[in-house]
Amino acid sequence: MTLVRTLLLRLMTTAVTLFGVAVIVFFVIRVVPGNPVAMMLPPGATAEDVARLTALYGLDKSIPQQFVIWGAGVLHGDFGTSITLRQPVLALVLGRLPATLELSVLALVMAVLMGGAAALTGTRLRETRVEGGIDVANGMALSVPDFLWGLVLILVFGVLLPVFQISGRVTPSLHLPFVTNFYLVESLVRLRFDLTRDLLAHMFLPAFALAIPLAAIIGQLLKQSLKETMHLDYVTLARTQGYSEARVIWREALPNAILPTLTLVGVQFTFLIGGTVIIERLFSYEGLGNMAIDAVINRDLPLIQGIVILFAVIFTGVNLVVDLTYAALNPRLRHG
Amino acid sequence: MADGRALICRRAGLRLWLSLGWLALLVVVAVLAPWVAPKNPLEQDLFSGRLPPFWVHGADPAFLLGTDSLGRDVLSRIIFGTRIALAVALISGTLTCVIGASLGLLAGFYRGWVDIVISRFIDIWMAFPPVLFSILLIAVIGPGLFSIILAIVVIDWTRFARVVRAEAMAQGAMDYVASARVAGRGRFSTMLREILPNVLPIIVVLLTLEMGIAVIVEAILSFVNLSISTDDPTWGGMISEGRTSIHQAWWVLVFPLITLFLTVLSFSQLGEGLKDRFDPVLR
Repeated sequence: MTLVRTLLLRLMTTAVTLFGVAVIVFFVIRVVPGNPVAMMLPPGATAEDVARLTALYGLDKSIPQQFVIWGAGVLHGDFGTSITLRQPVLALVLGRLPATLELSVLALVMAVLMGGAAALTGTRLRETRVEGGIDVANGMALSVPDFLWGLVLILVFGVLLPVFQISGRVTPSLHLPFVTNFYLVESLVRLRFDLTRDLLAHMFLPAFALAIPLAAIIGQLLKQSLKETMHLDYVTLARTQGYSEARVIWREALPNAILPTLTLVGVQFTFLIGGTVIIERLFSYEGLGNMAIDAVINRDLPLIQGIVILFAVIFTGVNLVVDLTYAALNPRLRHG
Repeated sequence: MADGRALICRRAGLRLWLSLGWLALLVVVAVLAPWVAPKNPLEQDLFSGRLPPFWVHGADPAFLLGTDSLGRDVLSRIIFGTRIALAVALISGTLTCVIGASLGLLAGFYRGWVDIVISRFIDIWMAFPPVLFSILLIAVIGPGLFSIILAIVVIDWTRFARVVRAEAMAQGAMDYVASARVAGRGRFSTMLREILPNVLPIIVVLLTLEMGIAVIVEAILSFVNLSISTDDPTWGGMISEGRTSIHQAWWVLVFPLITLFLTVLSFSQLGEGLKDRFDPVLR
C-alpha cells in the first residue's frame, strides 16, 4: 500500500519537474536576442515570406498561446526541425541516444567494478600500505575531473601505448549490419564479436575517463561502510566460526554495507551522464553530448530544446528508478 | 599512534605548501607575463611551425617548449593563458562566494520565512542538472568570457549557500550568540560581527575549491571553442589544438595539460588541506 503511494507521489513530482524544465526551456529560448524566423529564412527573403513563416510557427500569437501550441507539439513528439541539419529534432536526438546510453552504462559498470575492487581490497588489507595507497589513489581520482583524466588517457593509451582507439565510435571502414543504433548490444546479439571488439576498443577510454571519479566515490563510501560493519557482533561471530576473512567480508559484511553505496551510485549516475557531453567531444564519439555542443556552437535552438528536454527526461527517469529501487530494497520504507 | 598522527600532519602540511607554492608561482607569472614570456604569444611564424621542445632533436632553443602548427611559442602562450585562467577563477569565484555565502548566512541566521524562501530556491535550483543549465545559458547569451563567468556564478552559488546556511544555523544556536544579543547587539550586527567570523574558515575552503572548478570550466569551454576567440592564448584552446595534432606534435597538448592538471590539483589539495587545518577535531 505504502509502496503504491510512494510510487504515485514520485511519479507526480517527476511530472512537475519535467513541466518546470519545459517551461524554463521554452521561455529561455524565447528571450534569445534575434528573430527565430529570420534565422530560418535564407537572406533576401521578402516580408511576405517572413509573415507567412511567423504565422506558420504561431509566433504571431501571445506567449501563453505559443507555449500551449509548443507543449502540445512536444507531447505528440513534434520538437520542430533542426535549423542546421534540416531534419526533425526528435529523429536526430533519438538516433544519437543509444550511443550515449551504451557509453554511460559501460562507464557505470567499470566504475562499480573498479570502486568495488578498491573497497574490498582496502578492507581485506586494512591498516596496511595497500590501504594507504588505495586512499591516496582515491583522493587523486576525486580531485581531478573526468575531462582531464580523458586527456591523460588519450596520451597514455592512445599515443604512448597505442592499444585503444581515441576517436569515433567504430572504425568507419567497417561494414555494419545493424538495424538499430545500439551497436554494442546488437553486435553481441548477432554474435559478431569482431565488431564488439572494435566497438569496445573505441569505447574503452571514454568510458574509463567517465568511470574514474565515480569509482573513487564508490571506493571511499563502500570501504567506510564495510569497515564499520566489520566491527559488528555478527561479523565477529562469523569469524569465530572459522570462516576465512575473505568470505566474512564477501558473504557477511558486504550485503549489509552495500545499501548506502547503491543509493549514491544512482545519484552519481546522473552526474556521469552529464559528463558524457564533454567526454564525447573529447573522443569525437558520435553521441547526444557531442551533438549538444555542435548545436550550441551553431545556435541551433530547436535542436538545443530537444536535447535539453531529452537529458532532463533521462535524469528524472534515473532518479525515479533509484528512489523506487531504494524503497523496494529498504524494509523500513517498504512497510512504512 | 602519536607518531602516525605527526606523520599525517607533516604530509598534509607538505601538500598545503606545495599547492600554495604552485599557485603563487602562477600569480607571479600572470602578473609579470609580458616580461617573463620569451616571445609574443600571438606572433605566428609559419617557417618554424611544430618545432619540438628544446631537448628533442631538431628543436630551436629559442622556443623552449616548442611551437604549435602556426609557429607560435608554446611556453609564451601557456604564460599568457595563466592570466585568463586566474582572472576567471578570481572573478567568478569571488562573485559566487559573495552571492552564495550572503544568502546562506541570511537563511541560516534569520531562519523563519527568510530561510523558507531561500531554501526552496536552492532546492529548485539544484534539481536542474548543471550541464543542461550551462548548455542553455551559453546558447542564450552566446559564447565568451562574460558568459563563462555568469554561468559559473548562476550555477554554483548554491554550493556556498547550502553549506554556509547549515554552518550559520549551528553557530546561531551557540551561547556566545545569545550573550551578544543580551549585551544589546542588533541582529544584523550580530550576524556580521559574531557569526561571519566563525563561518569564514569554511567559506575560504569553499572559495578555494570553487576557483579550481572555475579554472576547469573555463578550460572546457575554451576547448569546445565557446570561450574567447581562438587566437587568444587559453590553456583549453591550446589543449584543443594539441588534441587534433597529437600524432604530429605531442608537446602542444602535453605542456598546457600538465599546467592545467597541476593547477586544478593544487586548488583542490589546498582546499582539502585548509579544511583539515581549520577542523578543530583534527587540530
